Amino acid sequence: MSATPPEEQIPQQPTGGDYAPSTAARMAFYQRAGGVLTPVITTIFAFFIGGIVVAATGHNPISTYKGIFEGTGLNWFFPWVSGAARVNAEFNLQQTLLVTTPLILTGLAVAFAFRCGMFNIGGQGQYTLGAITAVWVGTTWAGMPGIPHAFLAIVFAMLAGALWAGIAGILKATVGAHEVITTIMLNWIAYWVGTYLFGLDGPLQNDANKSVPISNDVFDDVKLPVWWGNAELQGLHIGFFIALAALVAYWFILNRTTLGYEVRAVGYSPESARYAGINVARNYFLAMAIAGGFAGLGGALDILGWQYRLGSLDIQTSQIGFIGIAVALLGRNTAIGVGLSALLFGALLYGTSTRSLDPEVFPPELAGNLTLMIQALVLLFIGADVLVIYIWNLRRKLRRRAATTAEAPV
Amino acid sequence: MTAGAAAVRDTVLDRLPRGPRAVAWLGVLFGMLAFFVALPPVAARSPIWPILFGLLGVAAGIWAVTRGVGRLAWGAIVLGVVGIGLGYLATLSGEAKLDSVVVWSALFAAMLRYATPLTFAAIGGMFSERAGVVNIGLEGMMLMGAFFAILAADKLDSWPLGLTAALAAGGLTALIHAFVSISLRADQIVSGTAINFLALGVTGYFFIDVYGDQGTPGGGIPRVPAVNLDFLGSIPGFGSFLEDVFGHLNLMIWLSFALLVVSYIVMFKSPIGLRLRAVGEHPRAADTVGISVYTTRYVAVVISGMLAALGGAYLSIGFLGSFNEGMTAGRGFIALAALIFGNWRPLGTFGAALLFGFSSALAQRLPEYSTSGAVLFAALPYVLTLIAVAGVIGRSIPPAAVGRPYVKQ
Repeated sequence: MSATPPEEQIPQQPTGGDYAPSTAARMAFYQRAGGVLTPVITTIFAFFIGGIVVAATGHNPISTYKGIFEGTGLNWFFPWVSGAARVNAEFNLQQTLLVTTPLILTGLAVAFAFRCGMFNIGGQGQYTLGAITAVWVGTTWAGMPGIPHAFLAIVFAMLAGALWAGIAGILKATVGAHEVITTIMLNWIAYWVGTYLFGLDGPLQNDANKSVPISNDVFDDVKLPVWWGNAELQGLHIGFFIALAALVAYWFILNRTTLGYEVRAVGYSPESARYAGINVARNYFLAMAIAGGFAGLGGALDILGWQYRLGSLDIQTSQIGFIGIAVALLGRNTAIGVGLSALLFGALLYGTSTRSLDPEVFPPELAGNLTLMIQALVLLFIGADVLVIYIWNLRRKLRRRAATTAEAPV
Repeated sequence: MTAGAAAVRDTVLDRLPRGPRAVAWLGVLFGMLAFFVALPPVAARSPIWPILFGLLGVAAGIWAVTRGVGRLAWGAIVLGVVGIGLGYLATLSGEAKLDSVVVWSALFAAMLRYATPLTFAAIGGMFSERAGVVNIGLEGMMLMGAFFAILAADKLDSWPLGLTAALAAGGLTALIHAFVSISLRADQIVSGTAINFLALGVTGYFFIDVYGDQGTPGGGIPRVPAVNLDFLGSIPGFGSFLEDVFGHLNLMIWLSFALLVVSYIVMFKSPIGLRLRAVGEHPRAADTVGISVYTTRYVAVVISGMLAALGGAYLSIGFLGSFNEGMTAGRGFIALAALIFGNWRPLGTFGAALLFGFSSALAQRLPEYSTSGAVLFAALPYVLTLIAVAGVIGRSIPPAAVGRPYVKQ
């Protein structure tokens, strides 16, 4: 073990014109180059390859995708769907939007950090912390009136998420620890802390049955009201609007406030931002904390909106935070993009679940894994900028050709 | 001949720590002793002993810190404090309980079993990251190895073919990561995340497609055999202890020891390793002197995938003899933690893997005291790594060019 070299000796950017743009600069390039085109192409391509896998294992990809689509409830938007099919579609759409709600928020958690040049893959841990806090607040202080109680649960959950992400932010700002490594570690710490809290003999385990690793239910008056569908049948709660409001808040903070300006400046180039007098360390921390706040909010809405309780198993199997990475990248870190890709992944998740997919059409156990594959393929292709550059150049070439053919007759 | 032997002895002596560093090592030793005196076979029942040794360790650490020893001295201080705490707790515990939990030979054997998958994956990760490609897809590559090893071992009825299939599956998965992050210059973190999802999806899909709801057959799948070294028991003195620890280890555990030695020699004593590290530290310079950055990175990433897959194969056809969806359960990330904790060096990484393995082995026995506490113990590797990267106890510093795609000019 040799003595560690002082920080100044670590080359931040190797000289010699190495290709190393910041994440945000890269994203800005995508924005210019691909617009909405590349995400759409990427998605179609991912579904296409998924279809090949389905076909290769002896199933019909067309009917499979049709079955998944009908399971998502998105056919509710088609005016010609009527009768029992429409009732069914309505229920399915509620469930799809129920899954979309936290995905919007974990997507924003990744996207906001991205705009500051950081890769927050700790959305899962921040979401978990938010959910744990919401359960804790929602099951204590029995006498409190419902509305302030729910409000308190949501605020505390956001703070917990912000704190959890803030640890990574502080470490990045002070000692330069890479946020990817710290957030991975924080994810797993959250995983085990959650497993411990609700596990057998854990401090937040339910009072009724000590052999089940699940928390108590939150009080009835803390639960968020259902505005669409039957509350008994897990209808869509008002948290959906909170998520939509978060999308607006995300856009507003980034584009209409000084904080957002500074965050984006740091994201493009920390060096230039520092030179311009922006406190880079402060922005690293704030960007991570806000990102964590979004993810924590997602956890709270899931608990207060429809889950009402949290178990060790829920924490271990949840992928909502990780899918947020795909949501943010596919949505190009814009508010509208995040909203739309959250809808896509929400639909995909619910459409392939055992609850909605007809086993006659395609086994849902397989379909759940198909979702994972499609998600992976989206991630693989979305980040490949050579692909994007190729398409960008192709488009420019086509435009130039169009221009020359238009001028030719003159 | 004697001159050569003297030279060897001199170099060995040169490498021994001296002055403040030696004191820091002494502090580390005292910190460990603080805990050990309270455990069987010594099992001191008075809290004075752990406190005394712990304070000695802390004092040695502080002395060394003031004389400029970094990580090691801080480690001694922390170990001293932790030693006092754990030692004190051990003196409070009932003697019979202590005897049943702390069976050193069983703990060591379990430590080696838990550490082996981590060692394979972490050493694999070292190759990739030393060449400048971040590999957070280790988890996925392990999972691929675990599934395809058991699939091949089951269908072809042979464990060597199972291992071969694991190598192929891990290598191919890594090839995707290499292609996307080296040739297509995608973000390596995004690509690694995608690999993890992909592996989860692919293994889950084919697992259900092949085995359905039944899972892998309970018996009859050929497994990597254990190496029986019964003669160890006949060694006087420590014989039975050695036999309990090393006598019946799985072949792959021995393979992991061999891998450690080989990887150290390749990485630090061979031209190949020098090139690989050059590509990871300063690719432009490496390119200028005629090293192919792309080829080196491709090879390194594929090697990392193969090794990680061997770690996964150990889980499925070495240790358990079965497969279930997502069975690696974060071990790829613990391996990543071990790599970082071990400062991207083979011996350090192996040491971290052993430490994390030991904590798993201990966690398995802790329910004796507290069921829920044993669960919390599983977070220890991640907490330690967080502290290590935070630089409280020295700093973990990655290769300079890690995470950056390279464009040939």
